[in-house]
Amino acid sequence: MKQHRIDFINKMSDNTFLHILLSIILGFVVGAGFLAIMGLSVGDAYGRLLNSVTNLKGFSYVIVYSVPYIVTGLSVAFSFKTGVFNIGAEGQFVVGSMSACVLSILMPDLPKPLLIPLCFIVAALAGAIWGSIVAFLKIKWGINEVLSMIMFNWIAFYLSNFIAGIPAIHSEGSAEATKNISANASMLFSKDFIKANGLAPTANWGILIAIVLMVLIWFIIDKTTLGYELKAVGVNRFSAEYGGISVNRSILTALAISGALAGLAGSLQLMGMGNRISVFSSQEGFGFAGIVVALMGSSNPFGVFIAGLFYGALTYGGSKLNLVGAPTQLISVIVGTVVFFIAISVIFRQIFSLRKKRSLKAGKEAQAK
Amino acid sequence: MTDFINSLGIILYATLVYMTPLLYAALGSCFSEVSGVVNIGIEGMMTAGAFTGTVVAYFTGNPWVGFICGGLAGALFGALHALATVKLGADQTIAGTAINMLGPGIVIMIARVLFNSTDTIPLTASQKIPKLFTGVFDTTTTFGRFMDNVFANYATVYLVLILTAVVWFVFYKTRFGLRMRACGEHPRACETLGINVIGMRFTCVTISGFLAGLGGACVTMAISTQFRPISIVGQGFIAIAAVIFGKFRPHGAMLGCILFGFCSGLKVVLGGSGSVDMQLLSMIPYVVTVIVLILFVGKSHVPSASGKPYLKTK
Repeated sequence: MKQHRIDFINKMSDNTFLHILLSIILGFVVGAGFLAIMGLSVGDAYGRLLNSVTNLKGFSYVIVYSVPYIVTGLSVAFSFKTGVFNIGAEGQFVVGSMSACVLSILMPDLPKPLLIPLCFIVAALAGAIWGSIVAFLKIKWGINEVLSMIMFNWIAFYLSNFIAGIPAIHSEGSAEATKNISANASMLFSKDFIKANGLAPTANWGILIAIVLMVLIWFIIDKTTLGYELKAVGVNRFSAEYGGISVNRSILTALAISGALAGLAGSLQLMGMGNRISVFSSQEGFGFAGIVVALMGSSNPFGVFIAGLFYGALTYGGSKLNLVGAPTQLISVIVGTVVFFIAISVIFRQIFSLRKKRSLKAGKEAQAK
Repeated sequence: MTDFINSLGIILYATLVYMTPLLYAALGSCFSEVSGVVNIGIEGMMTAGAFTGTVVAYFTGNPWVGFICGGLAGALFGALHALATVKLGADQTIAGTAINMLGPGIVIMIARVLFNSTDTIPLTASQKIPKLFTGVFDTTTTFGRFMDNVFANYATVYLVLILTAVVWFVFYKTRFGLRMRACGEHPRACETLGINVIGMRFTCVTISGFLAGLGGACVTMAISTQFRPISIVGQGFIAIAAVIFGKFRPHGAMLGCILFGFCSGLKVVLGGSGSVDMQLLSMIPYVVTVIVLILFVGKSHVPSASGKPYLKTK
């Protein structure tokens, strides 16, 4: 029995999955604490959260919400693997979605099987270019990538607003937004199908693309020489360089791929749920959500997929919280706490290894007797 | 000519106003980064300060009590960041991301309880940060009006300029500053000399939260009169950018903040005339920063131990 317990604790202390699960539980505990302080019913709020996502319609909403989170999550996770922190996913997302939007508005009559892939390509290319500029600035002039990413996020933000204001792109109605994208660029399920199955009105094919991207990224990271080189740079750039890997080229490749993913996420959001792009008043935060999702998924593509669904469920469920008088911001508190505990998950490891030492000691003493 | 001088006065006034919150936060960021802790949570700490400042000023009627409490709220989140990164060896970027979610999340929840809205109630003139040097200059002359435009400015503007000099002095002329910088370069060596690296970093990260909180309070108590969820949108990140721009030195960070402030000022004046597209105009500060970096600044020296958790040897 003792041996069994030691094995269990051993597994525990190496297992990121359990740490994350524990962090999530603690996040909900802290959230409950805040609800209690505010004098709100914990049962009502969490019950509403659970209820709103555990029926077919709710779940289809969750999937729709999740798609951009999963793909930006993949983008950030991919950059983490190379030791670059892609805080610029926000801007790459924005240029990706705007490029796809412009294309579909300017060429609305292209047939669907041509327009949709073309939109994807343009969005991925735009994101990749946006990411590569940052890498180029770093390689050529040694400019700190975090700094230039923050700048390029804002440049993308205002660029998108500028383009949305151009008469050929701007909505003909009174809305502060672009025109709606061409029906040929929309990935929505057919209206009849949605109605017949009682799905969310924005249910779309995006999730399939997200799954394909997940597998693709897993394949690149784990099964190709490129992935091996990128990971080597992430682990130790000096030994990678010594081993003959060009660090500069790796950073460029990593940011280009990461940017392409974020750009794709932008087009998926647009062609699925968005249908048009509003003039932003503040950053939409998809890139920042991607960081959180990548962290919760511990940068593993499959983990990111699950984390993206979880984040989507919280966002959608959270939007229903005001129905029971609880503030939507509860979600930020819960997710923030989860991320905080993931950050200090080293501490779980220490607690578990302490217990391991104790039980080992106890085992030895028992043997001695 | 008179028009030009008037416009120039307004631009310089706006430069000072918009520079101020960034500079408080940037000075904070300097403390944290130089002691070896990456603090990406500045944004969340600013939000906490922005909210607390207005709420306390609203309830006490005293702007300065509010301002200080804004700083303390930032310091609280700073201490939380320090607890995670310095004491518990957390990944600094991840912990900072958590702070950026927790800060706004918690204060907006409190706002909902206190005001039944996500916005706070606007401050009255006496609850706002006061302006200094009003009515000192003779506004009947062009020069006097120019001086009045520029220097009849919020007290927090003058405070932050003094503070920058103080921080510079602390960094480069005191034993504390020397030790702090050493902790960011080679913590192990510091420890062998008997410097308490953990304590040092904890202090510095908490100070950084305090200053970021003050910066946040400037936004809601001087530039605007109330806290709204969109009060702090990216200023924290711009402050971090200014610090990297200034090569992790307080006086360098000030130049960065002045640059951003000036571009914002330009935007206010040119945007008002309607001759230039507002969106393109808003892009200027960010494009200019990149260009300035390419042309003049180049590679900056990041404190060697920055970003790495320091675990004490047993």
